[in-house]
Amino acid sequence: MTVMQHVWIVLGVLFVLLNIAAGLIWLERRMLALWQDRLGPNRAGPFGLFIVLADTLKLFFKEDWIPPFADKKIFVIAPAIVVASVLMTFVIIPFAPHIVVADLNVGILFFLAMSSLGVYSIVLGGWASNNKYSLLGALRGASQMISYEVFMGLSLMGVVMLTGSFNLGDIVAAQHKVWYVFTQPLGFVIFLIAGIAETHRLPFDIPEAESELVAGFHAEYSGMKFGMFFIGEYLGVTMISAMTVVLFFGGWSGPFLPPLLWFTIKTFAFIMLFILLRASLPRPRYDQLMEYGWKVLLPLVLINLMATGAIALWLRGSH
Amino acid sequence: MFSHFRTIWLTFLHMFRKRATIEYPEEKVPLHPRWRGRIVLTQDPDGGERCVACYLCAAACPVDCIALQATEDENGRRYPDFFRINFSRCIYCGFCEEACPTYAIQLIPDFEMAEYNRQNLVFEKEDLSIKSQGKYPGYNFYKVAGMDAGVKQKGHGENEEAPVDIHSLLP
Amino acid sequence: MNLLFYISSAIAIIATFMVITRYHPIHALLYLVASFLSVAMIFLSLGAPFIAALEVIIYAGAIMVLFIFVVMMLNLGDDTAKQEKQWLTAKVWLGPSVLVVILLGELIWLILKGNPSSVEISVVDARKVSAALYGKYVVAVEMIGFLLMAGIVGAAHIGKHHRKLTHRFLAEPQNGNGADAIQEIQKEPLETVN
Repeated sequence: MTVMQHVWIVLGVLFVLLNIAAGLIWLERRMLALWQDRLGPNRAGPFGLFIVLADTLKLFFKEDWIPPFADKKIFVIAPAIVVASVLMTFVIIPFAPHIVVADLNVGILFFLAMSSLGVYSIVLGGWASNNKYSLLGALRGASQMISYEVFMGLSLMGVVMLTGSFNLGDIVAAQHKVWYVFTQPLGFVIFLIAGIAETHRLPFDIPEAESELVAGFHAEYSGMKFGMFFIGEYLGVTMISAMTVVLFFGGWSGPFLPPLLWFTIKTFAFIMLFILLRASLPRPRYDQLMEYGWKVLLPLVLINLMATGAIALWLRGSH
Repeated sequence: MFSHFRTIWLTFLHMFRKRATIEYPEEKVPLHPRWRGRIVLTQDPDGGERCVACYLCAAACPVDCIALQATEDENGRRYPDFFRINFSRCIYCGFCEEACPTYAIQLIPDFEMAEYNRQNLVFEKEDLSIKSQGKYPGYNFYKVAGMDAGVKQKGHGENEEAPVDIHSLLP
Repeated sequence: MNLLFYISSAIAIIATFMVITRYHPIHALLYLVASFLSVAMIFLSLGAPFIAALEVIIYAGAIMVLFIFVVMMLNLGDDTAKQEKQWLTAKVWLGPSVLVVILLGELIWLILKGNPSSVEISVVDARKVSAALYGKYVVAVEMIGFLLMAGIVGAAHIGKHHRKLTHRFLAEPQNGNGADAIQEIQKEPLETVN
């Protein structure tokens, strides 16, 4: 692969991702409306698509306010971390054969590392705001994300065992015959739940619960700094959807259609699922969330891991 | 766990329901006849104004948005010299309508009265008066009540008995 | 690769120095995170991507977040920064740093004496790491497992939620402790009255 080709892939991925993240603002509002018997934004432009433009303009022209009581440097860094860490994760995702920014050998570990760095944006943003609601949101966010990272990592280990590699390209290639969602159904479910908690989307949005913490860790943010958190959330949704597709739904593989289209279709199906979950499920209490994680998901994921290991060993022995 | 999936499925099915949204400027909201909106001053069946400037509406108004001044014509019939309602204060409670003895002041189903200038929300008598009898067609206060105001003699109104002769001892 | 190594080492040293000199605990912890990330980068440049990823996930991603979590809970204000400033006098840091400088001199001397190209880079991937852990060092891994288990049991014991008796009427009479508590509560006020 030439250098120019690489640059084009990087730029293309960046362009498409940022557009998707912005477009999700519109998509989410329209889909939520659809599931709540409403119409949603349909005034500006065709199907109300220009609401994205209007929203972005609004965010750009809002006052970029840093509270005098905030820790200024950290306050500014925090929203950058969330976008950077999520965008870094997309580096390893194979969108189609040969369309991948970096084919790392430790792909899944890199994904876990980046998602664990994403915690800092919440913790630091909440702490630097110097506001009690923000701090509570940050505390909740930190404990929620650290806990669910454990189950996320462990639920992926089944896939890694079956493939024998951390490389996402190898994982997609190994699903040529059977998708891992059929061989690893429990791993898939746990990964999805942990992914929702990791992107702190509804129903697991307790770090930013509007009804109790006003807006949680980003209560003090305004203008484009808030926009970064906003974009970071939608990028996170896209990232978890893309990872689910790569790890459990055969990535770009599929009949008739070109691979890139298959990948997009599958990813958008999961984004829709994320929005549907937001439309239908209420937020659990904080202790319920932690209890559910440590007392239900952890044993389940360990059982899944042991069973997968045993079966993999047995199959290898029989060959 | 099953109930969660049921919830998600039911929410998904809402996709195929009828939309509840009314796309307002193109599509009007159906308002009921007794909907409390803009306040108007109505007319008699004969075309005269119903208001007798009794100040009961102004007294009943909880936000004091009604101001009027009573005056009399040559027959001794009271009518408001000016009648002013400040709609930026009005809360559309309908107490004025309840207080009115002559059905003059009425709330009608109309809410499209937004203005760019707040001063434009102060409605004068000519803005309030409409050429209609409103919700009570055929009602004329002076034709019903027992008083001579140049419209009819005492005791000549609809369903009105002759006035009692207070100087007589007969029942 | 050499250049990458030197850049990330320089960042690691600078970041660690900043950790020591910052008065504000959160700022110090953030520099520590940067230091961990640069150490991960050093591991990567030395051909150990697995360890590099684990360094980021475990140290930078989990342990440091917990540190920050605790510092946030303690709500350290400007007073602590002032206290830190008081403590960080030349009298305190001069002794240890002289000793460390001697060690550094020895290290530099060693590096200059030995030929620098002796550092051979061979990629150690996850398979090799796990083969070493579960083959050669399996006993050590098991021992560490026991140690961590003891830690978890201890934490669970400390964090165990004891059921508090909020009111004597709410206690269950079958429960031995609860019943005793009721009797004690009922006894005491009576005695004081008598």
